[in-house]
Amino acid sequence: MTLPLIIRRSLRQHAFSTTITALAIALAGGLLMSVWVVKEQSQKTFTQVNTGFDAVLGARSSKLQLVLNAIFHLEASPGNVALADYEFIRKHPAVKLAIPIAVGDNLRGFRIVGTVPDLFTEVEYTAGKKFVLTSGKIFDPAEKEAVLGSFAAQQLGLKAGDEFHPFHGLAFDERNQHADTFRVAGVLAPSNTPADKVVWIPLHGLQTMAGHDPRVATDVSAVLIQLRSPAAGFMLDMMYNKQGNRLTFAFPIGAIMAELFQKIGWFNQVLTLVAYLVALVSAAGVLAAIYNSMAARRRDIAILRALGAGRGLLFGAIVIESAVIGALGMLAAFGIYVMIVSAVAVVIRAQTGVMIETFAYNPVMLWAPPGMIGLCALCGLLPAWKAYRTDVAENLSPVS
Amino acid sequence: MPLLSLSSLKKSFVSPDGERKLIVDVPHFSLEPGQQLALRGESGSGKTTFLHLIAGILAADEGSILLGDRDMAVLAEHARDRLRAESLGYIFQTFNLLQGYSCLENVLLGMAFGPGADRSRATAMLERVGLGLRLHHRPRQLSTGQQQRVAVARALANHPKLVLADEPTGNLDHRNARESLALIRETCRENGASLLLVSHDPEVLGAFEQVQDFARINQTLKEVAP
Repeated sequence: MTLPLIIRRSLRQHAFSTTITALAIALAGGLLMSVWVVKEQSQKTFTQVNTGFDAVLGARSSKLQLVLNAIFHLEASPGNVALADYEFIRKHPAVKLAIPIAVGDNLRGFRIVGTVPDLFTEVEYTAGKKFVLTSGKIFDPAEKEAVLGSFAAQQLGLKAGDEFHPFHGLAFDERNQHADTFRVAGVLAPSNTPADKVVWIPLHGLQTMAGHDPRVATDVSAVLIQLRSPAAGFMLDMMYNKQGNRLTFAFPIGAIMAELFQKIGWFNQVLTLVAYLVALVSAAGVLAAIYNSMAARRRDIAILRALGAGRGLLFGAIVIESAVIGALGMLAAFGIYVMIVSAVAVVIRAQTGVMIETFAYNPVMLWAPPGMIGLCALCGLLPAWKAYRTDVAENLSPVS
Repeated sequence: MPLLSLSSLKKSFVSPDGERKLIVDVPHFSLEPGQQLALRGESGSGKTTFLHLIAGILAADEGSILLGDRDMAVLAEHARDRLRAESLGYIFQTFNLLQGYSCLENVLLGMAFGPGADRSRATAMLERVGLGLRLHHRPRQLSTGQQQRVAVARALANHPKLVLADEPTGNLDHRNARESLALIRETCRENGASLLLVSHDPEVLGAFEQVQDFARINQTLKEVAP
């Protein structure tokens, strides 16, 4: 009863500094967990997202650019693939399915991608899951119709039956509006893939849109490919990338994205280092807060000693008090974590369509709290030592 | 057998100018069980140091401090803490109550390091000193006289064999001082505790049947006396 009472009363007596210090711990702990989770989840998610395809065939460029353009709908298209090249790969015996896409237009910043209905009917974007419509139907390839990704539909405020005019180019400029009118045929259910932020229209519709160059009307921007076997991918890689020089065959998609994360690995390390430093500084705040209050605490320590409390008990009380401040901070840190990761998830989803799961388990949630509490306890050692060394007689003034 | 028996007790301090100064030099002093003794001494005469030595708050340079059959002077610090918590009560001039704790908690802490906290005993002690309705008040919510009563209850809560009181009425007005002193003496008697009180106040000293001059006990004061 005695030790908890001493700790509780001490926390209450220094409630203001306790609160401020615990808040600093909460911010640091929340930031540390957020950095960790966003870093790991984004790496895991981006290297696993392939929307159901094994490879991408596109114009001669870097494989990364091709994947970012065709799978994540980021970056500019490196160029076109001729109809003959598309037909060749489509009929290649090693290829199970080839889905052409064409890009070049947008709807108020959301990318318009021309494709074929097979994308929605044949492809599992992740094992066992095909695209599902929440309303309407898949577009008729012969009509000026569109299927909207869930996020795009939500942000654009469009629903089945609505009409829109596309804008030319990948960046939104209201002066570049096409005359063509498209009708929303259906809206996809959320898939947490980049497809959610795309306005899908028939391939032919994009190729023949008014204002587009009729000389390349049969070209596609890229071909998304499902292979019959992984070995086929290496064979096609050899054929297009090593022996050919007109096209690029990006395979395997996960490895290409992993390369991206390796390239920006230093950035992750810097971010992690900053998070560690913030955690260290906030733990040092515990040291500063308790150390600075030692002058006010000395009299209480002397009185407790005079009542028979041992030095060890008071040493332990200060160390545990530091740990309790750390624990209070880390409890609040989960709230900070939810706020940070939720905000980051919104940004990542808006940019890529990929969803970061705020409440998904990550080992950092198990090791960060005890780590931080331990660090705070460690920082309590110096003030605890000062308490241990308190001269009882000197602090029981006055002397008669 | 005396409850407290001191012999050849010496304590010195190093002054700011580096000189070692002998503050307490007591060849012999004893107190019987149940005895109530007042020591008369002026400020700065080493009375507090003397009580701190008996309480084991300060370590003696030489000599022995026998409390019953245990010598406080030769015990290690943690053993002195334990003996103090089990056998002694200490009433200070400024009461030294813990301001962040309630009256009840202050008294409970007076037992916690010795026989163990006993809520009913703590409550009974506060009721005995007339603070039964102030159990959960903080010291600053009480008058000076009431704070002194809490200090008395705390000093006696652990069933001490000996209560040390250092100018216990120094911060009280005459009426409160008289009442407080009577309370200390009564409660010590009721609990079978000996009382060793130091004061320079003639009114306080006048209330005791047995009074000794600290100057006669502490040899260092004899040396400087004219």
